[in-house]
Amino acid sequence: MGLSPSFFAAKFGITERNLESYLGEALSAGGEYADLYFEYLSTSSIGIDEGIVKSASESVTLGVGIRVIAGERTGYAYSDDLSPEKIRKAARVAALIARGPASVVKTGFTEASKHNLYPMVTSPHEVGLAERVDLVKRADAAARAYDRRVFQVIANYADSIREVLIASSDGRLSFDRQPMARMGVAALAREADGVPQQGYSGGGGRVTLDFFLNEKTPEHFAKEAARQAIVQLSAVDAPAGESVVVLGPGWPGILLHEAVGHGLEADFNRKGVSAFSGRIGQQVASPLCTVIDDGTIAHYGGGSRRGSLNVDDEGVPTQKNVLIENGILRGYLQDTLSARLLKSTSTGSGRRESYQHIPMPRMTNTYMLAGQSDPDEIIRSVPKGIYCATFGGGQVDITSGNFVFQATESYLIEDGKLTKPVKGATLIGNGPEALKYVSMVGHDLQLDEGIGICGKEGQSVPVGVGIPTVKIDKMTVGGTAA
Amino acid sequence: MSEALLDIAQAATKRALELGATGAECTISEGEEFSAGVRMREVENLKQAGSRGAGIRVLVGNLTGSSRTSDLTPQGIESMVRGALELARITTPDPHAGLPDPADLGRFSGDLKLYDDSVSRMETEWKIAQALKAEEVALAADARITNSEGASFDSYLGSRVFANSLGFAGEYRTSSCGLSVVPVAKQNGSMERDYWQSSARQVSRLESPEEVGRRAAERALRRLNPRKVPTQKVPVIFEPRTARNLLGDLFDAVNGGAIYRHASFLTGKLGEKIASEALTIIDDGTMPGLFGSSPFDDEGVASRRTVVIERGVLKSYLLNTYTALKLGLKTTGNASRGLAGSAGVGPGNFYIEAGTRSEADLIAGVRQGLYVTELIGASANTVTGDYSSGAAGLWIENGELAYPVSEITIAGNLKQMLMNLEQVGANLEFRSSIASPTLLIGEMTLSGQ
Repeated sequence: MGLSPSFFAAKFGITERNLESYLGEALSAGGEYADLYFEYLSTSSIGIDEGIVKSASESVTLGVGIRVIAGERTGYAYSDDLSPEKIRKAARVAALIARGPASVVKTGFTEASKHNLYPMVTSPHEVGLAERVDLVKRADAAARAYDRRVFQVIANYADSIREVLIASSDGRLSFDRQPMARMGVAALAREADGVPQQGYSGGGGRVTLDFFLNEKTPEHFAKEAARQAIVQLSAVDAPAGESVVVLGPGWPGILLHEAVGHGLEADFNRKGVSAFSGRIGQQVASPLCTVIDDGTIAHYGGGSRRGSLNVDDEGVPTQKNVLIENGILRGYLQDTLSARLLKSTSTGSGRRESYQHIPMPRMTNTYMLAGQSDPDEIIRSVPKGIYCATFGGGQVDITSGNFVFQATESYLIEDGKLTKPVKGATLIGNGPEALKYVSMVGHDLQLDEGIGICGKEGQSVPVGVGIPTVKIDKMTVGGTAA
Repeated sequence: MSEALLDIAQAATKRALELGATGAECTISEGEEFSAGVRMREVENLKQAGSRGAGIRVLVGNLTGSSRTSDLTPQGIESMVRGALELARITTPDPHAGLPDPADLGRFSGDLKLYDDSVSRMETEWKIAQALKAEEVALAADARITNSEGASFDSYLGSRVFANSLGFAGEYRTSSCGLSVVPVAKQNGSMERDYWQSSARQVSRLESPEEVGRRAAERALRRLNPRKVPTQKVPVIFEPRTARNLLGDLFDAVNGGAIYRHASFLTGKLGEKIASEALTIIDDGTMPGLFGSSPFDDEGVASRRTVVIERGVLKSYLLNTYTALKLGLKTTGNASRGLAGSAGVGPGNFYIEAGTRSEADLIAGVRQGLYVTELIGASANTVTGDYSSGAAGLWIENGELAYPVSEITIAGNLKQMLMNLEQVGANLEFRSSIASPTLLIGEMTLSGQ
């Protein structure tokens, strides 16, 4: 579309000439590369608690981040004031990283190609507030109606629009308008005088409001949260020790995010500090496993998945990257800096939390391809084990490769059947080893409903995960029952 | 500059009343951050910038709306105020919504030493040199330290301003700086990392780069070639770093927001014995120079000292105005929020009072058990107390640290863990707003092989 009709040109009068001059300032002490990331983020959120819409809030944040790369060194500065003097001042601060004669900035920009994954006429953010209030009220009512034992409900709805403009010293220019919406419901249930139990469900993506009206309604999330709380009322202690573990489809894909995803981010591998460093071409999982990171998944709720992006936060179009193919480690997730240093190319994986943050290689939507097995047959094949339907979060130590995730809804498998629900437990494994024990992969690949937030070095970004039903022959389950 | 910010905050609350609000509170914060990262003896990144933002919460009777902006021009503030008022109109009346009782408003009068000019005077070159030195010391500590995730020196200078329509207006400045390093040790195919970090509000209180580098290296080295032990029930010793993590879970359980919703296993337990006599927990927002201190909380109530648990008896929850009103209690001055929104509950300096025995003494008393140095993905269910976490640490055999263990989990229930707290070490250090000495818990379930 060119710069002239863009959001930042219209609202702040930014011209191509401005961008060239800021980049020139950024490279005034040398350096091979500089880029500018302009961001305008508006958000809103509404919450219901005890049946009362207690809070409604909105925010606007804007700013520009300026980066200069000189070899392996990065200089970074930002400004929340978009006046030319302030941007130039920030550019001069970022320039301090390099020490030499000024580098030449290419004149003229070429607009980078990009996807069109969320071509929304209106995102939820631009729809009236009353419709959004209705969503949380409906969630509250539905969770309470699910079962008389539900006695507390908290429902939240939040959405945002992020406008970005990215310009680099090698002449790349990108724009994007990134919508996001997310709903979450937490329910507490108890027997007459018993101990309360909780359930949680949520979802969303880069979607239109219709997604919450027609596809995944407030009632859908509310019933799921209430159902989980009720299930927990009869849960027994989780087993302790090594066990056969069957993961249900969808959100349990967080296993992939923790066990392999982080360990394959190129920054860790460039530095040789990941348990996967130097293992490209090696067998790191069972031949049944093919793991993909795909930032281009669309056709979801009128838009796309939570982790999808038209361009990454360095202005590079996202792509579908094969991480593990039939058990063999194929590739890393690269951002611009790692790609430059490793003489590779960016995989569209450069992401950042905001204009205040330096981009780094990150995941988008990470999932395992479907296999051949029937999910019921997988469960029938287990004489004794645990079936994990829903997870909380997870974490990994990329250096040792040890990772954990928290199972929040699980069942004992006894003689090939799901029997008693078990209490929440942490499961632990080792990244390069755990997936070698995958012995069956279901044909029922599902992506999660859109609640993932990934944290790395203090920066949070939205992500998606997915997995079919998977049987892992050996994993350590952190319960208390002997 | 900050006087101007105070004027802006007061003007915003006044404007909210003119436009129809019955009450308003405005928070403004301004900060300057710096960080220098080095890796393998080279500068890797330098970051420096300043930013500011304002947030307002308005009440229209029992309705509440809030908004925030980074645009502090008169137009930006006007639009923020109008936005909050518009939002208030879509909420539903909450009989407990309001501002603090005017009698509770105020500030702690002593000098809290939250700001020290030394942080603003450090030269960039000096800060880089500190990080380089800390990494060099770690790399030189042992031939098995072959790599590093880097070292960094960070500093922050901030000011925070708060005003409400009841006439409270206050501000304070803060400073902080920190030095950390993450060495990577390698031997026989085993690769492990660990870190050490020192943070302070004044430069002279930082540990030296030599100390930071040495301790980080020592921690990474002792993790090499870990074993996976069999599943069993054992005594568990939490060193201060992991004990602090556990104490953070306990904070969630005394948070008034969880109490009034019946979402904490400590709901309704005031005055009851809920832990062993070894446990006394204090929350104190008035300790000079510490990270959890402030003259007033995020709704203008003076900070104070609150005894939360005394010799095992639950004495107080931690509350802001709203949760106190819900529970028929008085606020403890623990209101906490970002810029906008209704206040939540946050810690002052939330700590476990030191015992009398050294950590070595505690270890010596354990025949066979686990000394936890890292919790990974710790998950405490505040509602039920169920606790389960990935862990790494050192195996204790006959009262001595014998060998490293990893890829295990520890699990129990906080209710029992509190009762089974056998010993509290004498080694209390305030490295963040939550602080604990070493803790010995009589029995937990360890899952391994």
